Amino acid sequence: MIALLMRDLKLALRAGGGFGLGLAFFLIVTVLVPFSVGPQSALLGKIAPGVLWLGALLACLLSLDRLLALDWEDGSLDLLATAPLPLESTVTIKALAHWLTTGLPLVLAAPVLGVLLNLPGPGYLWLVVSLLLGTPALSVIGTFGAALTVGLKRGGLLLSLLVLPLYVPTLIFGAEVARRGAEGFAVQMPLLMLAGISAASIALLPFASAAVLRVNLR
Amino acid sequence: MSFWEYANPKKFLTTTEKAMPFLWVTSGVLLVTGLVWGFFFTPDDYRQGSTVKIIYLHVPAALMAINIWFMMLVTSLVWIVRRHHVSALAARAAAPIGVVMTVIALVTGAIWGQPMWGTWWEWDPRLTSFLVLFLFYLGYMALWEAIDNPDTAADLTAILCLVGSVFAVLSRYAVNFWNQGLHQGASIMRAGAVTGTDTEEKVSNIFFAPLMVCIVGFVLLFIALVFYRTGTEIRARRIKALLVRERVEGAG
Repeated sequence: MIALLMRDLKLALRAGGGFGLGLAFFLIVTVLVPFSVGPQSALLGKIAPGVLWLGALLACLLSLDRLLALDWEDGSLDLLATAPLPLESTVTIKALAHWLTTGLPLVLAAPVLGVLLNLPGPGYLWLVVSLLLGTPALSVIGTFGAALTVGLKRGGLLLSLLVLPLYVPTLIFGAEVARRGAEGFAVQMPLLMLAGISAASIALLPFASAAVLRVNLR
Repeated sequence: MSFWEYANPKKFLTTTEKAMPFLWVTSGVLLVTGLVWGFFFTPDDYRQGSTVKIIYLHVPAALMAINIWFMMLVTSLVWIVRRHHVSALAARAAAPIGVVMTVIALVTGAIWGQPMWGTWWEWDPRLTSFLVLFLFYLGYMALWEAIDNPDTAADLTAILCLVGSVFAVLSRYAVNFWNQGLHQGASIMRAGAVTGTDTEEKVSNIFFAPLMVCIVGFVLLFIALVFYRTGTEIRARRIKALLVRERVEGAG
């Protein structure tokens, strides 16, 4: 398992794939927002949590189609499926690698970009907490979408269409935590919901992803 | 004689063909009765005027949009558990009807909302969750279309339907929560009750009876359409099998 994780991480780092791409996209979105809505810092501070969450989500979405497709193309996915490791664990490791290379950098970059968007003081903590809780769910859900479309030639568009509605609850609760945190309201309720979604997705979705992959590899 | 005998495509086709004329005629009669009764023989609402009459299309369509997804969930489960092809094909046949119902519900809602709320679209919980449902239908249909192997497609869409159902319910609650977070307390949306439940309760029988007729008509129409479309799918698959066999025999 650890060997597989290390392999995926190395591939991501050396090929300069999802790692740089997601971060760059996140940076571009948040830097361009002030240009498009105008430089009023009060307004920017108000929409900052939502913009940062949306940017993180889109950056995650961007790197999904490489998640399994590369392994599918060079045949290593077939090898992994026949390996003694259960496919459920393989899928979980894949999602974890995706999170470490895409989600975690986004979480770390978010406060820096928050400064650019004039995020209010108490917002930083909750922004980081909500992203830290929410991005694993995004990775796991995305892995499910990637597993569904892995055999398709041009799966990218379909992948986005499939994953889009699945991302809605996570985005709502995640952005809500960040927004309430920034405005100084109580965040307990959406925070618990967000954590619940993440925990349930991580626990259950790998089974669905593995089932889907088995069908696709048949 | 068990219910599962209808999983045999031949049995399914003969039975549904017998039921079909009855279904078409009844649903047609009910729909015409309900709509004509609703549109011409009920008074205008004292508050909403004649716009209240859009309820006869809006409510049945909205009900069907949700229930069709539920039916797809059940047939997908049957496909996963018992591998009956008719079940998977019925789910496939139902999806486009469901998406049409969702669109009808959204469009009639918008037409009603324009004079009533003064806006075509409002990010109200119900409207938003219907939009999400619409996206689910689109994704489901797109996945069916994208995959060539029918069994693979049936498996993948069935699992998508299961996972999607969980997330659809989750979105419903999330959206409810999110909108409360935006406008706390009273708003026209909640007072107006999108499904028209308050109209039903206050004005009751005058509007309620034709509405029920319309709902039953919509249900029967849906059943007839699903039978029809499933039959078409079964036949299309047979033709494909025959063509393949012909080609194989011709070559050999």
